[in-house]
Amino acid sequence: MSSSLISIRELSKTYRRGNQPVPVLLGIDLEIAAGDYVSLMGPSGSGKSTLLNLIAGIDKPSSGSLLIDGIDIAALPENDLAAWRAANVGFVFQFYNLMPVLDAFENVELPLLLTGLNRAERREHVETALAMVGLSDRMDHYPNELSGGQQQRVAIARALITDPTLIVADEPTGDLDRQSADDVLNLLDRLNGELGKTIVMVTHDPKCANRAKRQVHLEKGVLLSGSGAH
Amino acid sequence: MLYGYVLKLARKNMLRHRLRTGLTMAGIAIAIVSFGLLRTVVDSWYAGAELGSSGRLITRSEASLSFPLPATYSERIRKVPGVRSVTFANWFGGIYIDEKNFFAQFAVDAQSYFDLYPEFRVAPAELADFKRDRRGAIVGRKLAKKYGWKVGDQVPLRGTIYPGNWSFTIRGIYQGADDKTDENQFLMHWHYVNETIKALLPSLADKVGVFIVDIRDPAQAAAVSAAIDSSFKNSLAETRTETQKAFQLGFIAMVDTILLAIQTVAYVVVLIIMAVMANTMAMAARERMREYATLKALGFSDGFVSLLIFGESLALSLAGGLLGILLTFPAAASFFRATRDLFVVFEVRPETVLLQLGSAVLIGVFAALAPAINSTRVRIVDGLRAVT
Ligand SMILES: Nc1ncnc2c1ncn2[C@@H]1O[C@H](COP(=O)(O)OP(=O)(O)O)[C@@H](O)[C@H]1O
Ligand SMILES: [Mg+2]
Repeated sequence: MSSSLISIRELSKTYRRGNQPVPVLLGIDLEIAAGDYVSLMGPSGSGKSTLLNLIAGIDKPSSGSLLIDGIDIAALPENDLAAWRAANVGFVFQFYNLMPVLDAFENVELPLLLTGLNRAERREHVETALAMVGLSDRMDHYPNELSGGQQQRVAIARALITDPTLIVADEPTGDLDRQSADDVLNLLDRLNGELGKTIVMVTHDPKCANRAKRQVHLEKGVLLSGSGAH
Repeated sequence: MLYGYVLKLARKNMLRHRLRTGLTMAGIAIAIVSFGLLRTVVDSWYAGAELGSSGRLITRSEASLSFPLPATYSERIRKVPGVRSVTFANWFGGIYIDEKNFFAQFAVDAQSYFDLYPEFRVAPAELADFKRDRRGAIVGRKLAKKYGWKVGDQVPLRGTIYPGNWSFTIRGIYQGADDKTDENQFLMHWHYVNETIKALLPSLADKVGVFIVDIRDPAQAAAVSAAIDSSFKNSLAETRTETQKAFQLGFIAMVDTILLAIQTVAYVVVLIIMAVMANTMAMAARERMREYATLKALGFSDGFVSLLIFGESLALSLAGGLLGILLTFPAAASFFRATRDLFVVFEVRPETVLLQLGSAVLIGVFAALAPAINSTRVRIVDGLRAVT
C-alpha cells in the first residue's frame, strides 16, 4: 500500500438539485500507484468526471477519505488546495480549454506564472514542452488558428509544464478524429512511459481505454467489483 | 509579473468583441463629455459672479432691485467712513432694432464710472471724448464686434423703462483687463438720460438703480456696508449694501433651481452609463465562465480572476473616460461659440476633469463588482461545465 499515490476509501459524493440530494458516487475504494496509467470507463452519467474532479482537487467529497501522496486534499483550505493543484496536477480537458486570447506559447506558459521562474527560464521550459508535443513551429498561433488535435497537444504541453506527478484527462480524445486521437494517446503513453507521470484518464471509448495500463469501470456511481483492486 | 499579465489579458479581452467594446467606449466617452459640459455650464455661471472685485460694494434698495434710490444718496454714501469713492449706474433696458438683440445697457456717471472699473480699459482719448459728448456711449469690445460697430457710429435704442427713441454715438470701445471681464456692456451718460426724462416723466428722474462703492480696506466690507445701510435707516428708501460678489450671487440665485437640475442631469448621465457598462461586463464575464474555471483549476486564485475582471472593466472605462475628457475641450469651445454672449468665461476647470476621471474609475469599478463577486461564487466544476 505504501506505493500508492492515490488512496481512496469509502468515497461518496452527493450533489443537491434544489432540495433533492442526488447521489453520484457511492462508497468508492480505489488505489492507484505512482507511475500507473488508469482509464476510467463507464456509461454517460455514471460519475466518471465527478470521480476525476475529486482526485484532481477541484471538487470536494461528501464523505470518505481521499489521500494523494499522503495528503488529505479535501481538508486543505481553498488557497492551499489551489497551490497544491498548481504544483501537483496537470489538466487535460475534452474541449482543450485554452485561453482564446493567448497564443500557444502563452497558453503553455500560463501555469509557470504561479512559479518563481524568470522570463528566460519560462521560455526555455515552454519551448521544451512545445517541442515534445511537436508544435515548435506553432508557438505564435492562437487556438482558433490550430486544429482540434493541435489544440489538445498544446493543452498537454500546458499540463506537463510544471512537471506535476499526476495528470488527469477527461475524455481527451472525445472531440477528435481518429488520427488526432492517436497522436494524443501516443503522447500520453510517452508522458507515462518516459516521464513517469501517473495518469488518470476518463473515456467511454474502449479503444482509448485499452491504451492504459489498467481499466476501472464505474456503473451508477459504483466501481464494478474487482476493477478497483490493485 | 502577475499584474502585467492581468493588464495584457485585459487588453486582449477588450479587443475580443471590437464592436461591443467600441460602442461601450463611445457610450462612456459621450457620458463623460456631457458630464464635463454640464458641470462647466454650472461653473461658468458662478464664475461670472466670482469675478466681481470684492473691494467694491453695491448699494441698492432694501425693498427690491426694481425700486430705484434717490441720486442724492451718492453724497451721503461718500461721507461714510471707509468709503473712497462712489459712482452709480442704472439699468437702461433699451431694444436695439429687435428684442432678441439683448445686451446689458447701463446709464452711468460718465465722470467717475471708469475710475471704479479699472478692468474696463478705454484709451484715454476715447474716454475724454465720451465724457465730453453727452450723447456718447462706450461699448465692450465683443459687443462692438458682434454688431460691427466702430467709434463714431450711431446706435438707436428703443426705450422701455425710459420711453422714446434714443440715439447714442459710440465714442469709445473698452477692452477687458483679462478674458474674464465682461466685454458685452453698453454704457451711456446717466445725466443725459436723466435730463431727457425729467421733462417727460418727472417721477422717474433723479433716481439710480445701484451705487457702486469703492472702499479703502476690503477687509472692512461688512462694517462699511452696515454703516452705509444704517445711515439710511428709517428713511423713505432704505438700502441694502453687499459686496459685488454677493450681489451677483444673489442675482444668480434666481437660476439656482435650473443649475441644480443641470447638476442632477450630469450625475444621472453617469449613473445610466454605469448601468449599461455593468451589463456589458456581466455579459463578458458570463461568456468567460469556463475560462475563469480553467484558470482556477490551474491554481490561479479567486483574487486573480477578480483582478482580471476589474482590469478589463477599468481598462474599458478609463479608455472611454480619457477619450471623453479629451473631447470635452473642443466640445466646450464650440459650446461657448454657439452660446456666444451667455457666458463671460467658459473654461473646463481642473476639478471637472478630476471628477470626470473619478467618474470613469467609478464606472469601471462598479461594473466589475457583480461579475467579480459572482466569479468567486461559481464552483470550478460548475464553471467547467458551462457551455460557451
Ligand atoms: N456540478 C453538478 N451539480 C449537480 N449534478 C451534477 C454535477 N456534476 C455532475 N452531476 C450529476 O452527476 C452525475 C454524474 O455526472 P458525471 O460525473 O459528469 O458523469 P460522467 O462523466 O460519467 O458522464 C450526472 O447525473 C450529473 O448530472
Ligand atoms: Mg464526464
